[in-house]
Amino acid sequence: MKKIEAVLQPFKMEEVKEALKAIGVTGMTITEVRGHGRQKGHKEVYRGQEYQVDLLPKVKLELVVPDGLLEEVVQAISAAARTGKIGDGKIFVFEVAEAIRVRNDDRGDEAL
Amino acid sequence: MQRGLWLLLAQVLAVPLFAQSEASDLEALKAAVAQAQSSGDNAWMLTCTALVLLMTGPGLALFYGGLVRRKNVLATMMQSFVMMALATVLWAVVGYSLAFGTGSPVIGSLDYFMLNGVGGEPSGYAGTIPHQTFMLFQMMFAIITPALISGAFAERMKFSAMLLFMTLWSFVIYYPMAHMVWGDGGLLNAFTGGAIPCYDFAGGTVVHITSGVSALVCAIYLGKRLGYGTEPMKPHNLVISTIGACLLWVGWFGFNAGSALSAGAGASSAFVATQLGAATATLGWLVMEWLQMGKPSILGAISGAVAGLVVITPAAGFVSPAAAMVMGFVGGAFCYFMVVKVKSMLGYDDSLDAFGIHGAGGTLGAILTGVFASHAVNDGLPEAAGLLDGNGGQVVNQILGSLVAWVLAIVGTLIILKICDITIGLRVPTDHEIDGLDLTQHGEEGYSLEA
Repeated sequence: MKKIEAVLQPFKMEEVKEALKAIGVTGMTITEVRGHGRQKGHKEVYRGQEYQVDLLPKVKLELVVPDGLLEEVVQAISAAARTGKIGDGKIFVFEVAEAIRVRNDDRGDEAL
Repeated sequence: MQRGLWLLLAQVLAVPLFAQSEASDLEALKAAVAQAQSSGDNAWMLTCTALVLLMTGPGLALFYGGLVRRKNVLATMMQSFVMMALATVLWAVVGYSLAFGTGSPVIGSLDYFMLNGVGGEPSGYAGTIPHQTFMLFQMMFAIITPALISGAFAERMKFSAMLLFMTLWSFVIYYPMAHMVWGDGGLLNAFTGGAIPCYDFAGGTVVHITSGVSALVCAIYLGKRLGYGTEPMKPHNLVISTIGACLLWVGWFGFNAGSALSAGAGASSAFVATQLGAATATLGWLVMEWLQMGKPSILGAISGAVAGLVVITPAAGFVSPAAAMVMGFVGGAFCYFMVVKVKSMLGYDDSLDAFGIHGAGGTLGAILTGVFASHAVNDGLPEAAGLLDGNGGQVVNQILGSLVAWVLAIVGTLIILKICDITIGLRVPTDHEIDGLDLTQHGEEGYSLEA
């Protein structure tokens, strides 16, 4: 099993969700986060006080998939989330030691 | 009202001739007319009274509340809200008497202690409304004036120290200042033979100079907020600030038009000037900001509106619509300059710009009132009222009046701050400032994720 963690542009989230649904992914977790990579932030001015805002709103997508599905899922996310500009985000992949379904103690791929 | 008068006349004439003499009929008629005017004026003044209260809560509470960081939103709103209780009680016990009782040129008397003698009969201040209505209308000014100062010490002052400060401030600065400008025989009262006759229609000197200048003293005495200039201190919710500013604008009609103390043409004139002043000041601020910063902001728009309302406050009811538009535009641009340029040049941390808007705008408004006050607009003024009427001396009077307010506000506030500092201590401890005043002063939070 692999865990995929992707930090993406919030406005691309709908497309990513649709793309994952289309290839049969059944579950995911989404968090609103702030962060930045190489993308520069923006300037805000309040009564003449300037603030450089570096941490921009992003969405973090987390899901765990069977090993066989990994490449297809990563391709789907990457294609759906891409605008081609700086700030599109990153995808990270981790090994997962175990998965347990709380309802009935299913283990491994069965639990996904 | 004229129609009512004819109806009454018709009724009186229809009374059979064997009734009393014509003279007593006339008396009855006069009494009926006076009664009708009194009802109309009283209805308007009670409405205005409620509108002025609306300015403090929710108006000012929302305006200031949105400008602070989220950890201090409740504490900031509380500083406005609690004044609605504290200043009311002080006013009823002795404040009204000290401000409007007949006494010396600088302070009233104890004649109206516990509102004794303040009843349904009109007072010398407003001949067509119950004395109680006048007292109540003025009470709302005594509530919002100290609440305005809280913008300067937001996010760092102890609640207990703030209560003591506001109480002492009311006695040392507000009651004397209100008496001097509006009280019978007051030093600056232009209409009861004051030594320095000042025009202050609705409180430019009494309300805005006193609170704004005191705010500056507070900001300097208290020192900067922790992390000022290095940490971001963005307004946490400009949406509620905008709602607050809109409520201030609406409430200000009660403040200014109500200061005519009757429902006649004077109230309309003040209403017109208020609306025009706020409008042109909004544009004035936005133009400056757009030119200098590249973008016109909503915070700029609402700050400009409040600045314009401040500037027009002493002049509403005394100046023409054209003058009001000029005053507003100049006021908006001037306050922009004070808030954006002068504050950062001098480096004091007036958290919510109580001085830059109320102190600076109030002083500008007081002086410009001396320029634009016009007999043609308000025949209660002398033939030559302001500079444009040919009375340049009035500008000098306005400057002197403002000076009295500045000196009283600086000296008085310094003494009061010292007293609060020694007895209670002004600032919250550093760790409380970091955690936020909502939690440490009040044990609550404004936005709860668990709820």
